[in-house]
Amino acid sequence: MDYHIFREFADSWAALAMLLVFVGAVVFALRPGSRRVHDDTASIPFRHDDKPACSGGGCKDGCCKDDGATL
Amino acid sequence: MWDYIKLIALGLVAVLAAIAANYARDLPYMVNAIEIMLAAAIAFIWVLRTMGGPKPSESEYFDGVIRAGVIATVFWGIVGFLVAVIIAFQLAFPALNFEWAQGYLNFGKLRPLHTSAVIFAFGGNALIATSFYVVQRTSAARLFGGTGLGWFVFWGWQLIIVTAASGYILGATQSQEYAEMEWHIDWLITIVWVAYLLTFLGTIFKRKEPHIYVANWFYLSFIVTIAMLHVVNNLAIPVSIFGSKSVQVFSGVQNAMTQWWYGHNAVGFFLTAGFLGMMYYFVPKQAERPVYSYKLSIVHFWALIFLYIWAGPHHLHYTALPDWASTLGMVMSVILWMPSWGGMINGLMTLSGAWDKLRTDPVIRMMVVSVGFYGMSTFEGPMMSIKAVNSLSHYTDWTIGHVHSGALGWNGMITFGALYFLVPKLWSRERLYSAKLVSWHFWLATIGIVLYAASMWVTGIMEGLMWREVDSQGFLVNAFADTVAAKHPMYVVRGLGGVMYLTGACIMAYNLWATVAKQPRAAAASVAAVPAE
Repeated sequence: MDYHIFREFADSWAALAMLLVFVGAVVFALRPGSRRVHDDTASIPFRHDDKPACSGGGCKDGCCKDDGATL
Repeated sequence: MWDYIKLIALGLVAVLAAIAANYARDLPYMVNAIEIMLAAAIAFIWVLRTMGGPKPSESEYFDGVIRAGVIATVFWGIVGFLVAVIIAFQLAFPALNFEWAQGYLNFGKLRPLHTSAVIFAFGGNALIATSFYVVQRTSAARLFGGTGLGWFVFWGWQLIIVTAASGYILGATQSQEYAEMEWHIDWLITIVWVAYLLTFLGTIFKRKEPHIYVANWFYLSFIVTIAMLHVVNNLAIPVSIFGSKSVQVFSGVQNAMTQWWYGHNAVGFFLTAGFLGMMYYFVPKQAERPVYSYKLSIVHFWALIFLYIWAGPHHLHYTALPDWASTLGMVMSVILWMPSWGGMINGLMTLSGAWDKLRTDPVIRMMVVSVGFYGMSTFEGPMMSIKAVNSLSHYTDWTIGHVHSGALGWNGMITFGALYFLVPKLWSRERLYSAKLVSWHFWLATIGIVLYAASMWVTGIMEGLMWREVDSQGFLVNAFADTVAAKHPMYVVRGLGGVMYLTGACIMAYNLWATVAKQPRAAAASVAAVPAE
């Protein structure tokens, strides 16, 4: 393996595939209707500051008591 | 059962390390083997004494290891900055390379100690601690792997720092910048890093939030890429399994290319992607508003990931590396400017509508200046990667100035901001001990960085111009020693900038200690039971 691996890679379809994956990721991020999802995701840091969320087993651990925004 | 396996493994490690220390062919290897033996023995006793204890509750976050990480970050930060100030003055006043410490504490030995201490010890601990904090909060799940895995990552990382540092001083180095650790420590890093990846990924897998918050994407890319870079760049065959010396598998220009592919991506993924993870969590938290544009953060992430990995060859302009390779590196570096500034804008604009906080909250001021330095050094870097500029700037102090405006400005300040945020939270105190001291820290650090960067611009451009100056006959005008003499005043200014930065960090250490020691516990307001509806 030497620096020619760079050259070979640049000539290959893999380089184009990487470019397409990148363009695809950007297009997917900007797709119509993504705003609601993104707004929800962007507010993740403002939930569950003190305790993890419930594991679905109801309130037996007392873990759901501060679910939701703690701000 | 699992505890017995741990005991057997730790016992084996201790015995094997003792054997290795006995057969050691050189001093650094023997010292490292003894350090590993002691660490394994202490871990053995700790596991033995805590066996069969109660299982940790899944309804609590695992914050003990983060508290330890915060303390370690502050401690190694001050150690790293102190060594920095010492070597800065050693360059200004060579007499500080004391005769009695020759071969141990001279510039050549202390320089890798400084770089590793600030990057891997200070930066690494900051990244591990904040990533454990952020991944738990944004996944709404307890850290994966019980308490054992988290503590293994933390203490394993401290052991790596101690073994690497003692190895450098005693002479074990493979002479690759930022990858000076010899093969036996490289193995140690690999093991701890896999455990780190496992802890982080495991927590993401059991997350309760449907989506993975963008900070975790950055942290994860940092962990995965560093694993790949570390393994490839450290492919080496030890001369003896009982000695620290090893031989690199790559040689010549192949080795140089691999080294700077590693070196630049250590900057790109360790010091940029990881710290961007911090930015995307702590800036919104401190500003109390979500990130400016979540879409932009996604584009920022993918653009950064796809571009950074190509930029390494710009460290090898005008060398034996073929022109096409260094041109490729240059072009990719210039393109990289765009996502970097996209990220900077995203960080800064998070404050839109809350700019008044800059006046009242010194912590947010620190974070904003940090993002500003991120923008500045990611503009300076692409500019310096252009071949024409590089022919002047390369091998001069300009490079050192550039690195430090990134490291002190961006990495240092965002870490300080995160520490000021974390300490009151982790020790449940109402607020920091003193906002005034934060202001002092802020101004000392900022002015220190300005002194550092400005003096390095002056010496860098000056020595670059002096090196290429020829007279009418085509002879070089200046001897190398002439440039060294001309740089002296700026070296003193740089050292003073370092002293200010170190003083600021010491003030922070006092402030954080006083936050915990001199204030009462906050009434657990947000934990208080609110009746379910």
